[in-house]
Amino acid sequence: MSGLDLTLKIWRQKSSVDNGGFETYDVKGLNSHMSFLEMMDVLNEQLVTQNKEPVAFDHDCREGICGMCSMVINGRPHGPLKGTTTCQLHMRHFNNGDIITIEPWRAKAFPVIKDLVVDRSSFDRIIQSGGYISVNTGSAPDGNAIPIPKDIAEEAFDAAACIGCGACVATCKNASASLFVSAKVSQLSLLPQGQPERKERVNKMVAQMDSEGFGHCTNTGACEVECPKEISIEYIRKMNLDYNVNNIKS
Amino acid sequence: MNNYLTSNIFRKVLASLSGLFLVTFLIGHLLGNLQLFIPGVEGQTQFNKYAFFMTTNPVVKLLSIITYSAIFLHIFITLYLVIQSKRARPVQYAVSNGKDNSSWSSRNMSVLGTVLLFFLIVHLKSFWYEMHFGEMPYQYLSDGTKIKDLHLITTSAFQNPFYTFFYVFCMVALSLHLKHGVESAIQTVGLKIPSYEKFFKYGAMLVAFSIPAVFASIPIYLYVSSL
Amino acid sequence: MILDSKIPDGPLESKWTKYKSTVPLVSPANKRKLEIIVVGTGLAGASAASSLAEMGYQVKSFCFQDSPRRAHSIAAQGGINAAKNYQNDGDSVYRLFYDTIKGGDYRSREANVYRLAEVSASIIDQCVAQGVPFAREYGGTLDNRSFGGVQVSRTFYARGQTGQQLLLGAYSALSRQISKGNVKMYNRHEMVDIVKIDGKARGVIVRNLLTGEFNRHFGHAVVLATGGYGNVYYLSTNAMGSNVTAAWKAYKKGAAFSNPCFTQIHPTCIPVSGEYQSKLTLMSESLRNDGRIWVPKKKGDNRSPNEIPEEERDYYLERRYPAFGNLVPRDVASRAAKERCDEGYGVGETGLAVYLDFENAINRLGKDIVSARYGNLFAMYDKITGDDPYSTPMRIFPAVHYTMGGLWVDYDLMTTVPGLYAIGECNFSDHGANRLGASALMQGLADGYFVLPYTIGKYLSQDIRTTPIKTDHEAFVEAENDAKERNKKLLNNNGNRSVESFHRDLGKIVWDYCGMSRNESSLVTAIEDIKQLREKFWKDVKVLGDEKSYNPELDKAGRVADFFELGELMMRDALERNESCGGHFREEYQTKEGEALRDDEEYTFASTWEFKGVNHPPILHKEDLDFKTVHPTQRSYK
Repeated sequence: MSGLDLTLKIWRQKSSVDNGGFETYDVKGLNSHMSFLEMMDVLNEQLVTQNKEPVAFDHDCREGICGMCSMVINGRPHGPLKGTTTCQLHMRHFNNGDIITIEPWRAKAFPVIKDLVVDRSSFDRIIQSGGYISVNTGSAPDGNAIPIPKDIAEEAFDAAACIGCGACVATCKNASASLFVSAKVSQLSLLPQGQPERKERVNKMVAQMDSEGFGHCTNTGACEVECPKEISIEYIRKMNLDYNVNNIKS
Repeated sequence: MNNYLTSNIFRKVLASLSGLFLVTFLIGHLLGNLQLFIPGVEGQTQFNKYAFFMTTNPVVKLLSIITYSAIFLHIFITLYLVIQSKRARPVQYAVSNGKDNSSWSSRNMSVLGTVLLFFLIVHLKSFWYEMHFGEMPYQYLSDGTKIKDLHLITTSAFQNPFYTFFYVFCMVALSLHLKHGVESAIQTVGLKIPSYEKFFKYGAMLVAFSIPAVFASIPIYLYVSSL
Repeated sequence: MILDSKIPDGPLESKWTKYKSTVPLVSPANKRKLEIIVVGTGLAGASAASSLAEMGYQVKSFCFQDSPRRAHSIAAQGGINAAKNYQNDGDSVYRLFYDTIKGGDYRSREANVYRLAEVSASIIDQCVAQGVPFAREYGGTLDNRSFGGVQVSRTFYARGQTGQQLLLGAYSALSRQISKGNVKMYNRHEMVDIVKIDGKARGVIVRNLLTGEFNRHFGHAVVLATGGYGNVYYLSTNAMGSNVTAAWKAYKKGAAFSNPCFTQIHPTCIPVSGEYQSKLTLMSESLRNDGRIWVPKKKGDNRSPNEIPEEERDYYLERRYPAFGNLVPRDVASRAAKERCDEGYGVGETGLAVYLDFENAINRLGKDIVSARYGNLFAMYDKITGDDPYSTPMRIFPAVHYTMGGLWVDYDLMTTVPGLYAIGECNFSDHGANRLGASALMQGLADGYFVLPYTIGKYLSQDIRTTPIKTDHEAFVEAENDAKERNKKLLNNNGNRSVESFHRDLGKIVWDYCGMSRNESSLVTAIEDIKQLREKFWKDVKVLGDEKSYNPELDKAGRVADFFELGELMMRDALERNESCGGHFREEYQTKEGEALRDDEEYTFASTWEFKGVNHPPILHKEDLDFKTVHPTQRSYK
C-alpha cells in the first residue's frame, strides 16, 4: 500500500501564559487505516527521535466515549466526519499531500494548558452547580417503583449520551455551552426522579454557565452538527423554556 | 429572579421579543406602503393623508415610541451580546469552517443587523426627517387644505436607480436577517416545539421572504414607472 | 505475611446481614474528623467517594484524567447484572452467586461473591434514583437482556453505553459532594506512592500532572480504585492512560498481589491492522448470536472472503463444539481463534484475524432485522476499518479486555496493609479466574456504594483518636523524595528510544508468552526477556521535556516502568500455576481434545505474592479457597 504524506500545521504553546504559534511538520508514509490520533503518535515518535518535544494532546479511551480527545481539524472540532470523535476519525478520509491545520478548542472558559490540551474543568463546575439528583446512597426506592414511559426514557438517554468533550463550545461562534448544559438539564428534567429539583437545577446550572464566561446561544445549530453524539438543539429549547417559565412565574 | 435578569438567556429573550415585535411593526409599515401602488392623484392623496395621520395621531405616537424603544433595545442588547461573544473567545481560530455546520445568515446576524441599522438611518433621514423637520412640498387638496407631500418625496427618491438599488439590497439583508432571526427567536423563548417545528420553520421562511419581497417591489415599481 | 480473609462466621446467606448489624460504627462527630483518600474516579472510586462523603467523612479524591467523568468505566458497553428477578425467570441471589462462582472457574471466594450478588439489586435502585436512563419496557418498567451464556435475563442496560450512564450517575453523586465541600477533588493528579507510618497506610504522594509538583496528602485510610492492568499488553481494550502504577506502589509497600496471571481475552475485537496500532476496540459479544466464525480451509488463502466457496470454509467453532457452536464462552472462542491463526489459517493483511460472517443471518432474517440488531456495531466497524459488514465478513481477533487479578483484599476489602483498601477491578476478589459479562460494572458499584462504606468503618472506628499526621513526617518526605528521584532519573537518562517503543516491545512479550495460552519453557524465557528489556529501558529510554510542566511523556514513562515489574510477576504467577483455568490456559494442562484442565486438588487457592525487592523473587502465599456451598465441576461446551 502506498503511504500517505501529509503536512501538519499544529498549534504549539508551552504553557497557559505562553503566546503560542503554529509549527509545520511533515509526516510521510502513513497507513490510511490509522486513526487520527495514531497519526499524531507517529508524529510524536518522529519528534522524539529528532529530540523535539512531542505535541501534547488529550486522549484516553480512543473508542469515542470518554470525551477526552479534542482537536479542531481544519476548522472543525473532531474533524470532518459527522458523529465522530477525533479518535474515531481515520486517515482514509484524507488525501495524499493534504495540509491539515490542528488547533486546540478555543474559548475563554477552556484555557489552553499546553499545545492542544485545554482545561475543561468549567464543565465539571457546571455539573457541580446542580447537574445531579440529590439522593444519598441507600435511600433509593425500588427501581420499578416509578414506571417511566419507554419514549421518555429514550429521550432522556439521547440527552444523557453527551460525552462532555466540549466540541459544542469549540464550534459555537459565541463559545456557548448551551448544548452541554441543556443536555444534562433535559436528561434530568425529563425523568420523574428529577422533578423535585427541576427548577433549582436549571437556575443554578445556567447561572454557573454564565459565570464561567461562556457566550450566549444564537441558535446557529453548529453544535448539533459537530456533536460527536449528535445531541439535538431541541434540548436547548427545552432548557430555555424551563428557565423562562420558572423565572417568569416567580 | 435577580439572576434571571442578568442571564444570557434573558438577554436573548429580550433580543428575541424586541425582534419579533419589530416584525409586527414591519407588517404594519408594509401595509401602509402598499398605498404607493395606487396610481394617480388618488394614490397621492390617500398616501399623504395616511402620512399625516401617522405623524399626528396620539395612539400612533405611542406605538412609535414603543417601536423606537424596541429598536434601541434590540440594538443595545445584541451589541452587548456580540461584544460578550468576542470576549468568550479571545483567541480566534486560524481556520474556521462554519459553512459546513451552519447557515451563513445565522453566523452573520450582526453584519446583517449593521447593514439594517445603516439602512434605517438613511431611510429615516430620507423620509421621517424630511416629514418632520424638512422643507416639504405640499399637496393642495380639492377642499383647499394643504398637506405635506410625502408621496412626491418618495416617488422622486426612487427615480434614482442607486437609491432604489440600495433599498432593494437592504431588503435582501432584511430577508436574511429575518430568515434566521424569526426562527431563532421562537427557539430562544422555548416555543419551537418539535411537533410544530415545520410550522415555525416554514412560517419563518414565509415571513423572511414575503415581507422584504413586497417591501422591495414598491421601489422597483416606482422606479420602473418613472422611466 | 498471614492472609486472614476475615470471613464472618455463620451460614453464607446471613454473613453480610450479620456483619452489617454488628460492625462497629463511627459516630457522626468523629466521621467529620476522619479523612479518607480515594484514588481513581471510575465506578468504584466515584461511588465510594460520594458515599463516604454523604456519610460525613472528609474525602479527598484523585484522578489522572482531566475530569472524574473520563475514567475508563465509561467505555463498558453491555450492561450490569443484578438479581432482581423482574423477568420472573427464576433468578435469585443464589443463582447470580452460583453463576459467578462457576463462571470464575472456581477460583474466587464464596463469601465475597455471595455478598456481591446480595447487594446487586440495590445498585439498580440507586442508579435509577440518580437518573440513569436504563432501557425500559413499554409499560415503563425496567428492561433486561440476557448475557454471557447464563439461563436468566438479569442484565440491565442503557443501549450500548451502560458503563457511560452508570459512571455519569456516580460522577453526578460525586459532583454533588464536591459542591457541598465534602469531597475535595484533584483532577490531573497521579498517585505516585503510598505513605506508610507504623505499618498503616497514612497517605499518598501525588503528582500534579500540569505543574509537575509533588504533593503530600494525609488520610486516616487510603482507598485504591485504580482499575486493571490490561495495558501491560500494550494493545488492549483499556484506555491509553489505564495503568497499574497505584496498585503497584501499594504492592511494593507491602500489599500482596493476587492471581496476576488471570487476564480475560475478549474474542470479538477489531484486529490489529499495523505496527502503529495504539489500542484495540471491542465489538459486543452479542454479534456471535447471529454471526458465524470461519477461516479458509487452505493455508494462506488470500482470496477475498466472498470468493471462497462454502465447501472451502472451515467453521471451526461449529466443527469443534457442535453443542455450543459460535456461542462458546469467551476464553474458549479466543483460544480457538488463536489456534487457527497460529496454524497459518488466519486472514487479513496480518494473518491475525478470523471472519465473522453475517451472510447466513442476512439471508435468513433479512438485512433489516440484522441492521436493527447490530446496526450500530456494523457502523462502528465500518468507521474503523472502512469495510461494510453487510457485504463482506467482519474480521475479528481476540484482545485483552479485563484483569481478574489484583491487590489481595480480605472480606473488608482491605489489603494486607492496614488502612489500605482496594475496590473494583483493582482488587482480585470476586471474579476468580474468569469474569462473566456484565459483572464488572456490578462489582465496581457494589464495592463503592454498598460494601466499602460499611467495612471501612470497622477500621476507622479504631482510629478515631489518631489526629491528622503532619505531612512533614519523615515517611512523607522519604516517599516524595523517592518519587522525585525516579522522575529525575527518567528525565536525565539521555537514552535513544521512546517510551512508546519500549512499551510496545514489552506488550509483545507478554502477549506472546502470557496471552491466550502459556507454557513452562516460554514463560521461563519470557521472564528473562522482560528483565533484560527492563534493564535496557532504564539505560536507554529517552524522555524529553521537563518536570515542571505538563509532560505526558514523563507520565507514561513512569507507568511503563511499573508495567515491566508487573509483567514479570504475571509470568511468575502463570509459571507457578500448573493447571488451566479460566483466563489462564497452560498448554501442558489440557484434555486430549484441547480443553482446559483444572487441578482442584492442588490449585484451589488464590496465588498471593509478597514483594521482596525488584531484583529478588517475590514470595508466594496461598489463600485456600474453601467451597462449602458450590462444588467445583469441569466445564464442558461440547
